[in-house]
Amino acid sequence: MKAILEIRNLTKSFRSFKAVDGISFAIPQGTCFGLLGPNGAGKTTTIEMIEGIKKPSSGDILYKGKPRDREFSKRSGIQFQSTSLMDYLKAREVLELFAKLYPHSQPIGNLVELCQLEEFLETYATRLSGGQRQRLLLAVALINDPEVLFLDEPTTGLDPQSRRNFWSLIRNIKSQGKTILLTTHYMEEAELLCDQLVIMDKGKIIADGSPYALLRQYFDHSYVCLDHQDFQCSPDAITDAVEKREDCIAIATNSVEKTLTELVSLNVDLRSLRVRNPSLDDLFLKLTGHRLRE
Amino acid sequence: MKEILALWMARNREYYRDKGSLFWSFVATPFIVIVLAIAFSSERQEIFRAGQLTTENSPISTPFTEEPAITLIDYSNIDEALRRVQFHQLDILITTEIPLRYWVNPASSKGRLLEKLLLSDSTESWQRNEVAGQPIRYIDWVIPGILAMNMMFSGLWGIGYVIVRYRKNGVLKRLQATPLRAWQFLVSQAFSRLFIMLTVTVLVFIVCDLFIDFMMLGSHLLLLLIAIVGNLSIISISLLMASRTDSEELGNGLLNLISFPMLLLSELWFSLDNAPQWLQDVSLTLPLTHIVKAARGVMLEGATLTEIAPQLGILVAMTLVFITLAGLLFRWHKD
Repeated sequence: MKAILEIRNLTKSFRSFKAVDGISFAIPQGTCFGLLGPNGAGKTTTIEMIEGIKKPSSGDILYKGKPRDREFSKRSGIQFQSTSLMDYLKAREVLELFAKLYPHSQPIGNLVELCQLEEFLETYATRLSGGQRQRLLLAVALINDPEVLFLDEPTTGLDPQSRRNFWSLIRNIKSQGKTILLTTHYMEEAELLCDQLVIMDKGKIIADGSPYALLRQYFDHSYVCLDHQDFQCSPDAITDAVEKREDCIAIATNSVEKTLTELVSLNVDLRSLRVRNPSLDDLFLKLTGHRLRE
Repeated sequence: MKEILALWMARNREYYRDKGSLFWSFVATPFIVIVLAIAFSSERQEIFRAGQLTTENSPISTPFTEEPAITLIDYSNIDEALRRVQFHQLDILITTEIPLRYWVNPASSKGRLLEKLLLSDSTESWQRNEVAGQPIRYIDWVIPGILAMNMMFSGLWGIGYVIVRYRKNGVLKRLQATPLRAWQFLVSQAFSRLFIMLTVTVLVFIVCDLFIDFMMLGSHLLLLLIAIVGNLSIISISLLMASRTDSEELGNGLLNLISFPMLLLSELWFSLDNAPQWLQDVSLTLPLTHIVKAARGVMLEGATLTEIAPQLGILVAMTLVFITLAGLLFRWHKD
């Protein structure tokens, strides 16, 4: 698929600190592309350089094969990780204001429907709840009907219900054929929304590909998980590798049946037993030795 | 153009929905004026003020000039000194150059008293000159200063502080992500504040005039022109201050640093006639000095456009310099 954005050897230094260290990747048109990594990995610096908000120290960013020009800001929509809107402006007035800052904008009614803004359209933007505010900021990002949409940790700080609602909105937008560049440190979000992703740590890319392909590439097992208090036997008694994690005991196994048989023979209490496939969080742990949320 | 209009309208909305701003603009300022009018209505100025024209020769010391109850102020410009006598801001003007002369306003009771004292204390022969003119009450004199002060505070904090806050909380970053250009943003903010300040100044002027009936000898249109040019000069300083500042604390400090010298040295509340020359020279570098001087000229002396052209010229020049620097230095956010 043709790349709408190409990033080549992108670097950003703040004095002697390299926040982004020579990364390269390409974003295919019409896909949801994820930048996944823990806080401080360089995701926001990377996305802001691509948006044109920050100047790279070195490297190239190409939009449709050419360096970005003024047209790029007319064809892109941005939702920042943290931003305020003007005090004393109602949600509707915020949309009307931003609509006038672009040569072409889509009807506000469409955005109100898409982002479910009806209930708070006449409320001051500063008085909105976290979820409402993020929906309004998403509508602002979509006001020019952009070809490329940048979402920088759009669900951080939202409660689980609001987060799920937001994912549903993003899937709707994705179905319209827009290219989305999403940063997140929620592996569930990345797995659910992203077609392609790069995993970043300390300013560098440590893995890239589709979530499915990445997991296939690095894992050929499943996890059998138990709560710590239920696992009352020696790890050496289990044939497969046993990992003591913060929240559970995880047994990496190629045969769930065989592991279950072993656990039953050891009289392990199975009430807290879960069987799950490896996640991107597991992948990150495997690649870096620490977890995404740390 | 639609971008500028949209931002202009948004900023105006923010202003009129902020009750604190409205209170300060429409209630606090007229309140200060009225309190001052009541406080100074009795005109109980105990000190006598005499002017002395500086000459090439050393001034002669007389019992009159040595009198501690008389504040003696030196003037090098006779027209300026006579204007003070005309409007009762000086009780008498003397020159010790031969022939000895003095100027007095017969309508000033304090002037007549000082005249008697001068003649009784001296064995020399003094040549009498009369200057005619109605007295200017302190409130008449101070009104242009208060209106200008209101313009200054509103211009500095209403635009500079707002831009610093926008930069800090990410509003500027959000605007940068649109095709909006920096100059369009700056122009929209400047014109919004100009519109607000002109509206406020005109309303405050009308309300104060209704209550106090202060002196207004010149053209109202000329006064409006001074308000426009003066506002733009204050706004341009504010834009320059806000061009890169991203901390509200620093912004507040810088605004105080800009406003305090103007508050003290632009002759808002008192004349700098008897201040050291260097302080008077510093005063001339401040835009508010020229705004107040031009406004007093129009209101108290009926000055024409030609007469206030030097002040307007200085204000326009200052505006151009500050706005150019602000445009060159402006950053949407700290990188």
